[in-house]
Amino acid sequence: MTTGTEPHLNSGGVRSGTRAAIAEPHLRTDRWWLAPAVTAAGLLAFVVYSTWRAFADTYYYAAPYVSPFYSPCLADRCRTMHAGPNADLFGSWWGLSPAIIILIFPLGFRLTCYYYRKAYYRGFWASPPACAVAEPHKKYTGETRFPLILQNIHRYFFYAAVVVAGILTYDTVLSFRDEHYRWGHMGLGTLVFLVNIVLIWAYTLSCHSCRHIVGGKLKHFSKHPVRYRMWQWVGKLNARHMLLAWSSLVSVALADFYVYLVASGAFDDPRFF
Amino acid sequence: MSSYEARFKVWRGDVKGGGLEDFAVEVNDGEVVLDIIHRLQATQAPDLAVRWNCKAGKCGSCSAEINGRPRLMCMTRMSVFTREETITVTPLRAFPVVRDLVTDVGFNYTKAREVPAFVPPAGLGPGEYRMQQEDVDRSQEFRKCIECFLCQDTCHVVRDHEENKTAFAGPRFLMRVAELDMHPLDAAADTGLDRKATAQDEHGLGYCNITKCCTEVCPEGIKITDNALIPLKERAVDRKYDPLVWLGSKIGRRRT
Amino acid sequence: MSVVDRQEWDVVVVGAGGAGLRAAIEARERGARTAVICKSLFGKAHTVMAEGGIAAAMGNVNSGDNWQVHFRDTMRGGKFLNQWRMAELHATEAPDRVWELETWGALFDRTGDGRISQRNFGGHEYPRLAHVGDRTGLELIRTLQQKIVSLQQEDMKETGDYESRLKVYQECTVTRILKDGERVSGAFCYERETGRFFVLEAPSVVIATGGIGKSFKVTSNSWEYTGDGHALALLAGAPLLNMEFVQFHPTGMVWPPSVKGILVTESVRGDGGVLTNSEGKRFMFDYIPDVFKEKYAQSEEEGDRWYEDPDHNRRPPELLPRDEVARAINSEVKAGRGSPHGGVFLDVSTRMPAEVIRRRLPSMYHQFKELADVDITAEAMEVGPTCHYVMGGIAVDSDTAAARGVPGLFAAGEVAGGMHGSNRLGGNSLSDLLVFGRRAGLHAAEYAAGLDGGRPPVDDVQIDTAAAEALRPFSAEGPEAGEEDGRPPENPYTLHQELQQAMNDLVGIIRREAEMEQALEKLADLRVRARRAGVEGHRQFNPGWHLALDLRNMLLVSECVARAALERTESRGGHTREDHPSMDRAWRRINLLCRLTDPTGGLAATDPVRGQIDLVRETTEPIRSDLLALFEKEELVKYLAEEELYE
Repeated sequence: MTTGTEPHLNSGGVRSGTRAAIAEPHLRTDRWWLAPAVTAAGLLAFVVYSTWRAFADTYYYAAPYVSPFYSPCLADRCRTMHAGPNADLFGSWWGLSPAIIILIFPLGFRLTCYYYRKAYYRGFWASPPACAVAEPHKKYTGETRFPLILQNIHRYFFYAAVVVAGILTYDTVLSFRDEHYRWGHMGLGTLVFLVNIVLIWAYTLSCHSCRHIVGGKLKHFSKHPVRYRMWQWVGKLNARHMLLAWSSLVSVALADFYVYLVASGAFDDPRFF
Repeated sequence: MSSYEARFKVWRGDVKGGGLEDFAVEVNDGEVVLDIIHRLQATQAPDLAVRWNCKAGKCGSCSAEINGRPRLMCMTRMSVFTREETITVTPLRAFPVVRDLVTDVGFNYTKAREVPAFVPPAGLGPGEYRMQQEDVDRSQEFRKCIECFLCQDTCHVVRDHEENKTAFAGPRFLMRVAELDMHPLDAAADTGLDRKATAQDEHGLGYCNITKCCTEVCPEGIKITDNALIPLKERAVDRKYDPLVWLGSKIGRRRT
Repeated sequence: MSVVDRQEWDVVVVGAGGAGLRAAIEARERGARTAVICKSLFGKAHTVMAEGGIAAAMGNVNSGDNWQVHFRDTMRGGKFLNQWRMAELHATEAPDRVWELETWGALFDRTGDGRISQRNFGGHEYPRLAHVGDRTGLELIRTLQQKIVSLQQEDMKETGDYESRLKVYQECTVTRILKDGERVSGAFCYERETGRFFVLEAPSVVIATGGIGKSFKVTSNSWEYTGDGHALALLAGAPLLNMEFVQFHPTGMVWPPSVKGILVTESVRGDGGVLTNSEGKRFMFDYIPDVFKEKYAQSEEEGDRWYEDPDHNRRPPELLPRDEVARAINSEVKAGRGSPHGGVFLDVSTRMPAEVIRRRLPSMYHQFKELADVDITAEAMEVGPTCHYVMGGIAVDSDTAAARGVPGLFAAGEVAGGMHGSNRLGGNSLSDLLVFGRRAGLHAAEYAAGLDGGRPPVDDVQIDTAAAEALRPFSAEGPEAGEEDGRPPENPYTLHQELQQAMNDLVGIIRREAEMEQALEKLADLRVRARRAGVEGHRQFNPGWHLALDLRNMLLVSECVARAALERTESRGGHTREDHPSMDRAWRRINLLCRLTDPTGGLAATDPVRGQIDLVRETTEPIRSDLLALFEKEELVKYLAEEELYE
């Protein structure tokens, strides 16, 4: 994977017949394996954590905070959250953790995201592990076939992600209540939620599909001045898409973990007012 | 001015075979790798084959791999290496070698021919073109390309899979498709040529898995992936995977 | 002699820069089967280095501009030595050539109303240069390259072969023009990659090989600029015109040594950059020559106001023609007021915000950052003169671009002489390529189509001689048995370095009689030694061999420059004599023509004293009266001889 061991080479690559006869699959002398290794480790850590939390089906609500992993909560078994994101669309037959239903969307959004694609193609699939480092695969068809051709539906996940971000925004507003649902209060959790929702929005809006939809698809910016400005604005965010992808990933995990700590009683939410 | 002796390994040989040859060579303040190669030519290896031209990062001739990374020799300053380091210079490894540091880059010229040229709009004569700066900005970025082919060399789609060379145009020429598709006056659509769809159908856009090596190696700093390839992928989605757009175009609503 | 591959074409274009490609496009569009042959890869020609823009009086930014103004500027810049008909054609046709590029896909920077934006440049009265940031040459070459590809795509559709009517032989070199009697019959070439010889048979050959800068040590030119086209024409019997005029661009990089000479675009000054010496003084105000006194600002305040309000102020003297600025910098450095690395300071950092600099001068920013570790948005650049362009070149007919005396031979671009007189204005080079590239292609195609009596046959003896000449470096050996003064083979790289040093020191920006005589002696010595230039290895992509062959051309051209410079006893434009420091009106009408001493094109004449070049003086045709009428009488008095004024 990303260990720095030399990949096995096939005949079609840099050592094929007509190319310069160099035995090494690459001659890089820098620590080229570091970036994919760190990426893989980070993604793996998140996958482990989120799998545990998604299936845990517990400690996801501590009034007024609801874990972003469980919002909106769409099954009968969901805890009742006062004025919270409850909508029993699935009824009682849903026996698994209600997080599974909704996590599909942010998961799909991130899985098909142009940045994450690069990250996991490089980190997990070593395709390629790093630039000018030979990849270990015999054949490569990229995103031309099933299942990877499905990456093209990214924009639909983007639409869904906007809805989810909207709901999380609602949750953040609700966090301006105290545990007795009285408005006008704020605790450390509120701050955590605020930071999280800003990063979620920034990541969502910095999406390449979003950039395309707001203006990138146009041929003449000059005929659409408003969309042109939006495109420029999204473009600025988009330049930081990787940074936002990681920071929002961390912040959403932290927000969930915060709720877990408070809900499980391991930590008392400090109230500011 | 300080000078020192550097150790170099330079690949020498041709299609029949070859290997890395060791050299010890003088390096002076402010020099670049190409200067050292030239010194080798003038003093130790007069028949060392190398392509170069402008020596200022403008023509894109002196592409090679330095310590395993695709770079322009004229823009790689010796000061980025330590004095102790052995510097390895090899030809581009995605293309057939001709001799020493010179490779056969014919692949790129073949691909260039496969991209249909700019289609001038009917009814506009020379001197009548009017375009706004904001409308040409995007394509202008891509036209900064100096055709050094480092992106084509580093792209694993063809670097590691010779068999993909027929189906895949490579970042440089997908960017050319994007450039034309974003050109405010390109009239390809009027002639029935849909550049968005052909990007995927004929130039192999789907092979790109946006791992961004092309952007990493671009000596002109062109954001090939973010500004050309991904927007082109999104445009292809418009044509092929977006039911709303598909429906809209069926009903006859005009595109922008 | 082995059998050499031969191919038939109607027109062969030597060189794939702006002029060559434009010629090829025109020839092909006129129905001629056209081959382009170039030393580098297709699209890498030195034209990409042109930064500032294409001069064309479109009047998009200042509607006061028109071809007459452009013509005037060009003649003034060239100190009235220009072949005036060329200057006229150039000024009138340049706008069409630029607009045409747009229809081929070029994307120039725009004005607010969507037209092609135009920028100020040295010697141009109005903003006139169509540009794309500071990479206009790249845009030009890419557009022409893509136009060629599009023509090939058309041919593919029709004939099933991309190269049936237009083919580019890249990485090939022409070493001889072949002739049938007086007229051209083809070109003898070798492929750099394999070393294989081949012959392109064609009745028309267009030479568009660019300049000669590689004969000088400090130059902005690339390795290709070895004067090949000049030498090919000479050897084919065509004369070279006014070779003493070599432009030293005032601003080349001076540090680090490995990039010494690389160009710093004039746009830096056009956009507000100022030149200062080590005392911090804007010294250009001290160097405004009398002929330009009324046209340039006399105070820094006025010069600064000009950027905002060009109609009511005169331009700053940083924007004087290049020869003036180069000489001024040279004088400052000699007077001990230079920068640490032997140049002067060029500063934009105090004149524009960092962001504007990065946007308007991106490749300059890039170049200094990467190569010299200098941030031009925060500190001054160090610059000094660098050999940039040769105004002299193949003597051509103004309208048809046909070389004199050799039917079927045409020349366009830098390799052709006359257009720029004694000094070229910035921006006039790209427009020259387009205007005369097109004309050369057009007339070459017409000539090929109008041939009576079939195609000129190619002579086998010439092919064998050319092949033997090209192979000689491989058999260069030490002394023959019994010979006494024999020496081991010469290293072509060493010979080249000595040549560059000699030309730079002895026939450089400021010239003296004794030094030029010394230069001619040195050239004679080098010529003898170059006959023994030997190379190792084999013919496949062997740069040592290529250089050994190019040496012949550089030596020929250098001799032309030195002889003509010695002959012209005045200072004018790109020719400055310390012993004859002023311009002499009597010389205005004199052209100097170089011809090969041995008219058969042989190079046996290695007699060190006599040399290979004969020089002839020629009096030029008077300037047409309606063109003269475009100037004020007072101005003409400064340039024209008495008798010319009365006519």
